[in-house]
Amino acid sequence: MTQAVLDRPTGQERSFVRVQEIIQECGASESALIPILQRIQDEYRYLPEEILSYVATVLDISPATVCGVATFYAQFSLVPKGKHVVRVCDGTACHVRDNRALIESVRKRLKITGKQITSDDNMYTLEIVNCIGACALAPAVVVDEQVHGQMTGEKILKLFNQIDAKDKEAEK
Amino acid sequence: MSSPVIQIKSPEELAALRTKAHAALDGDSVRIVVCGGTGCSSNGSKDVFAALQAAVAERNIPVRVDLLDEEGMQNLSMAFSGCSGFCEVGPIVRILPENYFYVRVKAEDAAEIIDKTILANETIERLMYKDRHTGQPYARRNEIPFYANQVNVVLTECGLIDPGDIREYIGHDGYKALADSLYNRPPEAVVEEITKSGLRGRGGAGFSTGLKWSLTAKVPGEKKYVVCNADEGDPGAFMDRSVLEGNPHAVLEGMILAGYAIGADEGYVYCRAEYPLAVQRMRIAIKQAEEANLLGDNILGTAFSFHIKIKEGAGAFVCGEETALIASIEGMRGMPRPKPPFPAQSGLWGKPTCVNNVETLANVTQILLKGADWFRQYGIPKSTGTKVFALTGDVVNTGLIEVQMGTTLKDVVFTVGGGIRGDKEFKTVQIGGPSGGCLTKDHLDLPLDYDSLRSVGAMVGSGGLVVMDEETCMVEVARFFMNFTQQESCGKCVLCREGTKRMLEILEKIVAGNGTVDDIGDLEEVAEAVRDGSLCGLGKTAPNPVLSTLKYYRNEYLAHVVDHVCPAGQCANFKTYSIIAEKCKGCRLCARKCPVGAIEGEVKQPHVIDAAKCIKCGACLDACRMQAVVVE
Repeated sequence: MTQAVLDRPTGQERSFVRVQEIIQECGASESALIPILQRIQDEYRYLPEEILSYVATVLDISPATVCGVATFYAQFSLVPKGKHVVRVCDGTACHVRDNRALIESVRKRLKITGKQITSDDNMYTLEIVNCIGACALAPAVVVDEQVHGQMTGEKILKLFNQIDAKDKEAEK
Repeated sequence: MSSPVIQIKSPEELAALRTKAHAALDGDSVRIVVCGGTGCSSNGSKDVFAALQAAVAERNIPVRVDLLDEEGMQNLSMAFSGCSGFCEVGPIVRILPENYFYVRVKAEDAAEIIDKTILANETIERLMYKDRHTGQPYARRNEIPFYANQVNVVLTECGLIDPGDIREYIGHDGYKALADSLYNRPPEAVVEEITKSGLRGRGGAGFSTGLKWSLTAKVPGEKKYVVCNADEGDPGAFMDRSVLEGNPHAVLEGMILAGYAIGADEGYVYCRAEYPLAVQRMRIAIKQAEEANLLGDNILGTAFSFHIKIKEGAGAFVCGEETALIASIEGMRGMPRPKPPFPAQSGLWGKPTCVNNVETLANVTQILLKGADWFRQYGIPKSTGTKVFALTGDVVNTGLIEVQMGTTLKDVVFTVGGGIRGDKEFKTVQIGGPSGGCLTKDHLDLPLDYDSLRSVGAMVGSGGLVVMDEETCMVEVARFFMNFTQQESCGKCVLCREGTKRMLEILEKIVAGNGTVDDIGDLEEVAEAVRDGSLCGLGKTAPNPVLSTLKYYRNEYLAHVVDHVCPAGQCANFKTYSIIAEKCKGCRLCARKCPVGAIEGEVKQPHVIDAAKCIKCGACLDACRMQAVVVE
């Protein structure tokens, strides 16, 4: 993941150079639309509206088609996500082994309420996701693509502290 | 680990490599296999592997770096495998040829393993799997009840070979079925063999694979496709993920064979984006097979060409349905369309397309290698072979299991699974995910096969088996699945889109304690309408969890709406928390923990819970050291 979004000073025109590269690598055809959007999301952490219009123009399909695909699949987000994405698995096995307490402790730690999913400091996004297939490790949590099994409220708080510490270290 | 580029031009060259690789893998040489499945990896198996390598290096033990390195042909080799199935006890270390099996291994254990087991052939009891009831330790893998009662067809090589080295797969007779078929068996004979084996699709509906192939083969057309459905979206199922991670070449070989049988030259693997490791292993496998001339143009020097591409899903459960999956590969919203025409007639880009599930394709390879008669010895006549199940939930041994079709539920839960956790009572097994149903105590002797399960309103589905104990509320289970299907409904059919939402509302109302007897009737009516009025499998089967729980646990629904109690004690809204004044010392611990400030009282005076403010989270119950908080 790059810092492209964060580093961009506000008010500056968005450059489509990187988007153009992605489209070229995936192939400029309608059947490549999903991989293109996936790569763009990897790059920007979400799908910015002007980029969706740009993709539609290049692929010669209507912006509605692009938007339709972008809103159909759960993986895509139209709003920016936090720096770290915390995915709490809500598959049957995790549900049976009480992941609700886990979700509550994450929400409390990140101070997110109601329908909010991203913490106010934009550091964390909490997603409740469909089964990640780590059922034998229930309840499972994926933090930045790393699977953590047999999670408890305490273990996840420790994990947050570790990530925060690492971030601070990196800042230095 | 990666293997060097190998090229194979003919069946003879393949056979020569097979003999060499087989000799290197088999025999007296000691082989340490560390499980690298998602489960073991997340518990630190990479560190264990590194520690073992370091311990070997420190002791100057000669170790074979490359599988076929003849000059350095040493007696010790090490491999990082795919999923071994027994994720619960990971990280797992297996030592061949003795087949010692160590569980919950930590990096600190590496030196001891090398010193004792590798150098002195002594076992370490501390690292052995122990029976939870008797405490009996088991040194070898196949002695452990979890494995001893399984029959492996698909999972044989998972957890044994390095999925990143094509030569290990070839050493286990990999691509032999392909070479034999390309040279000695016309496509019709391949279809015939699969039909004879009785193999049925492992993805859910259980349609005959042989029939599907022969239908696609018969449709005229130059261009045809094979699609591997690896969009394993059912919550509680991870069979396909483990097969892709543990033995990706078996799936590739199955796809190439399918292509040969139906006359296709191109294939797609549609894999969930939630399975990054499976996608990565599959990419490596495709690259190696292409380099080895087992995939691509003129495979093994024949006129047959076949290409495979990977498409990653983007998080839509409905894409497991074949027509929706096809739409998604084409780059569109993954919405199903009416059948007929079936994909066999008009599928991907309007061309004849054969869609098979991962486990089905892995079975194909074994059938063409060992014959339909060999395959038919497993299972029962109408459901032949084995089935891989993901056994999870409130069961002692969770993980991936493979048993013969027709094995009873009791054997799966109590023999392989080791019974219920914490010595609680068995209540139910949810099989087949959001499309499936519940099996109760009365079904313990039911054989698990396509037709028996269908007869009791459940289905094999993709093979998720979630065991639930007495503390599970069945209305809540139904609500959980309805919440899932409601979110995943693509919205095309009104009855599915609106019906699932209405059913969810009713279930939420009942779980919250506001349900009435009429709600149960409404629920049944809507459920039947959704089942009858939806286009695809998602909508048709979405009511199953509701209908099945209503059928077997109607009393629980009634208890919620009439008596206003949750018999399992799970639904929070039926609970009331209170403090016994005599026991409370007024330490304020509970008041500090209460997230909503519902507990009041002076220091050293008995506290009181304000029922109006209480959100029934249970934090006070956990906090109190005097057992003064009670829940009713």
